Amino acid sequence: MEDNNLIGNISDINIGQTEQTGEMVKPEEIAAKLPETGDQSQPAVQEGEIKPKKKKKKKKKKKLPPKVIVVENLGVRFRIQEQKVDSLKEYFVRLLKRKLNYKEFWALKGVNLSIRKGDRVGILGLNGAGKSTLLKCIAGVLKPTEGSVTVKGNIVPLLELGAGFDKDYTGAENIFFYGSMLGYSKSFIRERYDEIVEFSELGSFINVPVKNYSSGMKARLGFSIATVVEPEILILDEVLSVGDAKFRKKSSKKLAKMMKKGVTVLFVSHSTDQVLANCNKAIILEHGNIVASGKAEKICAQYEKMLGDN
Amino acid sequence: MKDFIYNLKKFRFLFWELVKKDIKLKYRSSILGVFWTLLEPLLTMIVLTLVFSELLGKGEDNFPVYILCGRLLYSFFSNATKVALKSVRKHGTMIGKVYVPKYMYPLSAVVSNYIMFIISLVVLAGVMIFERVKITLYLFQSLIPMTIILIMTMGVGLILATFNVFFRDLEYLWTVFLMIIMYTCAIFYKVDKIKNASNAWIFKCNPLYSLIAMFRDAVFGRSILDEPYNLWFSLCFSCGVLLIGIVVFWRKQDKFILYV
Repeated sequence: MEDNNLIGNISDINIGQTEQTGEMVKPEEIAAKLPETGDQSQPAVQEGEIKPKKKKKKKKKKKLPPKVIVVENLGVRFRIQEQKVDSLKEYFVRLLKRKLNYKEFWALKGVNLSIRKGDRVGILGLNGAGKSTLLKCIAGVLKPTEGSVTVKGNIVPLLELGAGFDKDYTGAENIFFYGSMLGYSKSFIRERYDEIVEFSELGSFINVPVKNYSSGMKARLGFSIATVVEPEILILDEVLSVGDAKFRKKSSKKLAKMMKKGVTVLFVSHSTDQVLANCNKAIILEHGNIVASGKAEKICAQYEKMLGDN
Repeated sequence: MKDFIYNLKKFRFLFWELVKKDIKLKYRSSILGVFWTLLEPLLTMIVLTLVFSELLGKGEDNFPVYILCGRLLYSFFSNATKVALKSVRKHGTMIGKVYVPKYMYPLSAVVSNYIMFIISLVVLAGVMIFERVKITLYLFQSLIPMTIILIMTMGVGLILATFNVFFRDLEYLWTVFLMIIMYTCAIFYKVDKIKNASNAWIFKCNPLYSLIAMFRDAVFGRSILDEPYNLWFSLCFSCGVLLIGIVVFWRKQDKFILYV
């Protein structure tokens, strides 16, 4: 992403880190649920002491854009089986032997986050920090074990390399299929069909089955379909590095245009440069907790430091 | 409930897209295309007639029609359940990425097969005319078993799709089970020949057999209420299965993402 000069609006993300802030929604409840396993991550947590006081001020300020995503005390627990039981027979054998043990694992725990309209939030974190899990909860595909996620407005995820296309379908048919999956109506897709084809630059390839596409072509088509609607919330999960340089430029331009219009963006990336270029806010996730949050510059610097330490 | 209706409206286009995709892709690379929907039952009918008319259907004029009735209903049931069974797994990657009401996958699989079944009824009409089966008003009764079989298949499809997420073995088990169902459906033999045997109760336990029997009654111009057991049993069974299917699917659907 080359467009560095997107001026963000100055609303603050309202992010709480349960372990630290005393004034969370339901402190008693959260305290009771704190995982012991989170302890190792505490040293890093100390760095993220930005919020407690700021928050109160924010609430008094008026004219802030409305909150579009509110995550409250979100926790997601996975059960990991020591060995994967995939067949009926094995399942019953184990059931009889009482060997159906699970290991519990909290991918996210006590996450509080609220994002206002027009915010562009970069989500940083190492592998396995819970970034994708958080996005899945926000996208509504994963049900949280505890806590709640409230989202106002339609979400469009930008998927990697056109996942979700049917490979036997032609590009044209996939526009309708994929569009319908994103919840567009038939008339809407018909209306915008030409626009999608044009933007994807596929030309006559649009009538070729997608299985014969190159990965760049798939990505282009996917991007064109996802962004033809003006979503209120756009999820970008490490997808900006697709396509050739020319298309990348074009897509950055389109994203920048959307961002100017006040689209809320959730942006997952490992690269602080990308986050700096695209986001006005950022958070760092570690072991399923938000360890720091605030302005993008500050957080990116902190993240770099964190990486340096490890 | 409000969400449910909202989602239904929002994704109704997706539902038809899924149905269309199933039908379109099924015969995409074949030369005859959708004609296979007609040709396949016709050819099987001919084979079955040749093989079994000597053996079991001797002296029956309308044996081909008899076979075709059973064969069409059975193959709808078996195809639809097989596709529905795999449907959730097949769309696994999308389930983890975009929110879509998940019941769309098995139900669209059933509906697309149902549409192909309706198309293939043309063959039945053709063979009926060819065999000079008398066409009566009783034929309209066939709508009853055709509706009930849709309900039943949806129910079974939902249950299978749910369980297949957790146990992949079901795919193989179900094929075997379908074979049992097929042989107890009396597709290519006449029931009267073994009805009084000690194992006639098997037919009473097979709702699909009841449906086929009703369908045949309608086609051959008899009242389906001659044997009311068929109607009540299949109706109750189907509604029950659909209800169970909905409950099972509803309760387990949030876990799909963890297993697909």
